[in-house]
This record gives sequence, structure tokens and C-alpha cells, in this order.
Amino acid sequence: METKNIVIVGVGGQGTLLTSRILGGITTAAGYDVKLSEVHGMSQRGGSVVTYVRYGENVAEPIVEEGCADVLIAFERLEALRYAHFLKKDGVIIINDQRIEPITVVTGMAEYPEGIIEKLSAEHKVISVDAMEEAKKLGNPKVFNTIIIGVAAKHMDFEHDKWIEVIQATVPPKTVDINMKAFEVGYNL
Amino acid sequence: MGEKKIMLGNAAIARGCYEAGVKVSAAYPGTPSTEISENMVQYKEIYSEWSPNEKVATEVAIGASFAGVRSVVSMKHVGVNVASDPLFTAAYTGVKGGMVLVAADDPGMYSSQNEQDSRLVARTAMIPVFEPSDSMEAKEFTKYAFEMSEKYDTPIMIRTTTRLAHSQGVVELFDRQEIPDKPYERDIRKMVMMPGNAIPRHIFVEKRLNQMATDGADMPINKIEMNDTSVGVITSGIPYQYVKEAMPNASVLKLGMVNPLPRKLIEDFCSKVDKVYVIEELEPHIETQVRAWGIDATGKELLTVQGEYSANMLREKLLGEKLFTKAAEQVPARPPILCPGCPHRSVFTVLNKLKMHAAGDIGCYTLGAVAPLSVIDTTVCMGSSISTLHGMEKAKGKDYIKNWVAVIGDSTFLHTGINSLMNMVYNKATGTVIILDNSTTGMTGHQDHAATGKTLMGETTYAINIYALCKALGIDSVHEINAFDVSGLEQLIKEEVAKDEVSVIITKSPCVLLKSTKVTGVCRAIPEKCKKCGMCLKPGCPAIIKQPDGTILIDETMCNGCGLCMSLCKFDAIEKEEF
Repeated sequence: METKNIVIVGVGGQGTLLTSRILGGITTAAGYDVKLSEVHGMSQRGGSVVTYVRYGENVAEPIVEEGCADVLIAFERLEALRYAHFLKKDGVIIINDQRIEPITVVTGMAEYPEGIIEKLSAEHKVISVDAMEEAKKLGNPKVFNTIIIGVAAKHMDFEHDKWIEVIQATVPPKTVDINMKAFEVGYNL
Repeated sequence: MGEKKIMLGNAAIARGCYEAGVKVSAAYPGTPSTEISENMVQYKEIYSEWSPNEKVATEVAIGASFAGVRSVVSMKHVGVNVASDPLFTAAYTGVKGGMVLVAADDPGMYSSQNEQDSRLVARTAMIPVFEPSDSMEAKEFTKYAFEMSEKYDTPIMIRTTTRLAHSQGVVELFDRQEIPDKPYERDIRKMVMMPGNAIPRHIFVEKRLNQMATDGADMPINKIEMNDTSVGVITSGIPYQYVKEAMPNASVLKLGMVNPLPRKLIEDFCSKVDKVYVIEELEPHIETQVRAWGIDATGKELLTVQGEYSANMLREKLLGEKLFTKAAEQVPARPPILCPGCPHRSVFTVLNKLKMHAAGDIGCYTLGAVAPLSVIDTTVCMGSSISTLHGMEKAKGKDYIKNWVAVIGDSTFLHTGINSLMNMVYNKATGTVIILDNSTTGMTGHQDHAATGKTLMGETTYAINIYALCKALGIDSVHEINAFDVSGLEQLIKEEVAKDEVSVIITKSPCVLLKSTKVTGVCRAIPEKCKKCGMCLKPGCPAIIKQPDGTILIDETMCNGCGLCMSLCKFDAIEKEEF
């Protein structure tokens, strides 16, 4: 099979690393060669962060090149727009419909673009969810990222039960129950 | 076959140390090397520590090697500079137990102040360098490095880059190999480096490198993949993956040992191909040597010495392919910022109000240089804030620095800042040093240090008292204050900079992201009371959002309830809701 490319973007501190680890887990469990590339350190402090996930029979390069992503998972609207050019023509964007203003906007140096989802929808298949709102309904805003994984899971070729196994093995033991609930919410959205 | 697992490059290096029978590991945290030690602690057979700096860590590893066991020391590229004093002489002493130094370079400077190439340092230090290109190799090359270290009596550098250190790949696990300790023998000709002993050791070092360059032809970590002979690529490390992706038909000489270079192997390879490319990130380390041997190789005339490479870059620059990728959207930048509730923000807000300049240092607080806080004027290297301020005073006199302070974190202070403070006392300085004590090594992701009371292996230990330490240097004026006591801090800074003596202000407030820091509530705006003055927006807290009507909204999912905005609001328009 051709190597599949996933790009996960968001704001440092949103938990993109957990998502990439779950994706790493499920693709490895399926027997693929897998490479993931993450950002640690200074950029994590509220900056724009990107993680690449590649899986297939034999993966060389750990990064996804521009114009090559099958799926773009964006934890924030502006970040979706920033990385949209990484998508293939028929690629899918999954967006958490949340607005986090960068410091350049807070200080008035720049304006937060309006109509991002409409703009992206004109060119790509866009699945937009308000995962934060759904997570609040579950009583824990922090699990919004697992809701997004649930949404993404529907657009990938792995069995539902495999996802459950990998999430159970990846999240902290104390948070397994709430993360399971969150995954189901996303999966059924 | 061993169990297969997906592993970070850094985790794979730690695993390699475990499998190689390593018994001692030392390091100071530094992106992108930190996770090596963080992963080392799971292996109970290995003693692992955070040392106060890379020089100390390297000496710990040298000592362990002298004592006859395998040892490892890991650091980021700039840490190699700090470690270079022991490293350059360890090249002469050689080893007893195998010794490996892991140097993690950062092309593209994701989290660094420069993008130096550690291969060049190793070449000057006359130390062999192995360079893996994925997680599996990171583990296997590490094991091989210990073997070669003992075989050739030399420390060996494993050089990684951010892209390898922070990428995950599939790794096959093997059992630990128990290596018997080498018996100790007193041997001052080898282990006491004074001129009479070092002169013959230098001769040994040169011979050793020549021998390794010759033997390199048969080392399994150097391999030739013959393919289409019209193009031959010499490469190593992560760029090898880009070559495989962009030029799958090219013949490739993949070097696992990049210092010394296996000349005969390279010459043989080049004689079999029509056109030779050398593809390496950062400096033309391989290319310069290959060209000096009279081989017509192309590299840096087409490819940059800056940043990271990619397969697309090779397609474009080497193959002349026109890539039809869409341009990125022009969107507002999102640079890293201090977290909501960060105690550094509070200190910088006060310094900003007082129109102070700060000589800065290496840590999260370097972000105090950018708007809207705009307090830090200089940042060079670990520990430099204090000595930079001292240099300014000596250049321009004590009145010149009355609107200056040095700011340095607790971990950085213990790393090398303490020496600089000693210098201020000794050489009659009058500057003010603010130690931003957040009880952790913050930017690298919360590592303990000598003043936290906990070791890397999780044991409780004596916590060095920074206040008492400063006092012991003979500084009279040492003060501790809560970073969020905005008015108290303002008063204190004014008083201390006015004094004609060295003073130290320790702002004590733990990093808000530490597990032990309890978030006690969230702040909430009261729109009816808001006068839209914008005071609360000045510190640039990302949890505070200005509304179109000029009032503010505090994002409850981001707010950590530090109350800084509340203390700046003159109209009681912000309240804290306690949990």
C-alpha cells in the first residue's frame, strides 16, 4: 500500500502528543512500519505545534511533505488554515472548532482571520466539531482531544475495538474511563 | 525475534544503553536530548542522575569508565561546549569501561540559541562519531559504540538531531547484556594527563583515528547500497531518509561513522559512480574532506548549511523537479509564549512597569524578550545573564546599570550562574540578580535539580537552599519574595537596584504546570465593572481575550487562577472563583 500521511496541528499544551501516540499505537498494532515526528521544548509553550504520522509498508522520511497529507487533524481553527497546504487534493480536514488567539492577535499586531471553516470547505472535505463543548458536557474539558480522535477514527481503516485497546494502553490509568467515554462521543458524532 | 515497539529516538538510545550493559548515566536536561535520561530511569540496573551541568555530567561518566563500567552522558549540542573541557582530554585518556557521549544537534533551532554542528567539535576533539538515522539504528549504534569504545580505547560520540531524537520508529528489543566490570589498575600514564603522559597519548590518539578510518571499510554501520551508478550519494543520519524518499534509484553510501571518515570505502564508492553528491545537514563536514581528497563532489553549492532538509528540498535543488505545492496561507504567527499562570509573567510585568532592562538567560523566561513584556535585552548561553550584566557595569560604571537587572532561572543558576555570581562578589560588582525560582527545570519539561530535593531516580535528597547559598558567597542583600506579590516586588526591585552592592532577589513561585502546583481557582471578568482600560491585557496572558466592545473575557479552560490580572485591575472588574 502507499504510505499514509497524517498531520496533527494545534497549540502547544493542547495535547497533540497524546493524539500522535495513540495513532502511533494503532498503526504499529496493525503491523505497519510507522514513523512519527513531534515537537518538544520551547515551541510547546503556547506556540504552533505540528506532529507528523506516517505508516505503510516501509516508511523512510519521518516528516510529511507539503501537499501530501491524507488527513489533517487540527485542534484549532487558525492552525488548520496555517497547515492546510499540507493536504492532498482529496485530503480530509478534521477541525476542532475552537479559537485560541495567538499573542500577535492579543497584542493587536495581527487580526484573527474570520470564516476559516467556510474558506477551507470550499477546497477540501472538512469535518468540523466543537469538541470542547462536547467535553464540557462530559464534565472534563481536557478530554476534548480524545473526542477528536473518536471523530478521526471514523475516517481511518482500523477497527473500533482496536482503538479502544490502544487508548486504554496509552492514557494515564486514572483517566481511562473518561477517555473511553470521550472516544465514543467523538466516534458517534 | 525480539518484541517490537514504537519508540522515540531518545528512548531508543536509552534502551541501547540498557541492552549494552551500561551502569552509569549522567546528563543535564536540554532539548532535544532530555528524554534519553527520562527513559533511562526505567532501567533499574542503571544508575542515572541529573548533574548540575554537562561538564560535571561528563566527568561523572569518565569516572565511571575509569572504574571499569560502561557509562553514558547525554546533552544538547550547546551542552557539548560546556562539556568540552573534560571531553577533549578524555580523548587522550581513553576509557576502561566503554563510554559514550550523546550530542543532540538542533538544525532549524526548534529550541536552541544556535545551530552548531557537533561533528566538527568531535573532529577537533579527535573523538569518533556515529550517526544513526532512525530509532532502531539509534539503539543498535549505541550498543555498537560501547563495543568500539572499548576496542579502540576511546570515548565515542553518538550524534543525533532533533528530527531523530523526537521521531518515533519501530524498534526490536533485545535482552540486556551483562558486562563484567573491568578490574581497576593504577595507570598514571593513561589516566593522569600531565605533559609527560599526554605527549605519548596524543600520538596514540592520532594512530587510533587512522586505524579506525582504515577499519571503517568493514564496519557494519557503514553500508553501500549499489543501484543506478549514474548518481552516487554519500549521506548519514536523518538526511539518509530524505535521500531514500527523493532518490530511490540512486546508489548510496550511508555512513554510520562520520568521524573519522573511512577514506578507502568512500574512494571505492566514488570510483563506481558517475556523479557524487554529499548530503548532510548543517556544515559540510563530510564534503570538505571528500573534496580535499580530490573527489569531485557536490553538496553545499546546491544545499543550505541552515535548518533541516526534506525530501522535497532534494527533489527541487538536486533533481530540478518543479513541485506544484500550494503556497501556505498568510496567517498571524503563533510564537511560543509564557503559559497562563506563569510566575515569570508577573516578574516581567513589574520590570516592564519600572522600564527596566534585563540581561537574560536560557529558559522559558527568555520569552520575556518579546512583546508585550519586552523586558529581556540579551540572551547568550546558560549562566550568562549574571556575567553579562557584570561586564556592562565594568564597561560603563555602576550608574549605567541602575535600570538593569540580570534574570536567571533556578536550574540555570545552579548550572553555571553560580560561578558568575561568585565573580560579581569577588570583583566588587553592584548589580541586582533576580533568580526566577520556579522549583524546576521548566522549558525542557520539568526535571529536578540540586535545589528541588528529588533525584532523577525519584529519591528524596537534600535540597540546596539557594538563599543560603547566595548568603554564603558573602552577599548581604538577599531577599525571597512571592513572584505574584506585584507591589512588594516593585518596591524591592527599586530598593535593590539603588544599592551600591550586589543584591539577589529570589522570586519563589513554582511553575504552574508542575503536578504539585495546585490551581486554586479561575479568574472571571465582570463586564459591568470593566472600564476597558486594557491594564489586564498588558502582561499578554493568553487566557485573556479582548472582546470587540473592549471588555475582556477570561477563557476558563486556560486560566490557572494566578490572579495577576486581578491585581492589575484598578476597578475590581476581575474576580477569582475559588474551587
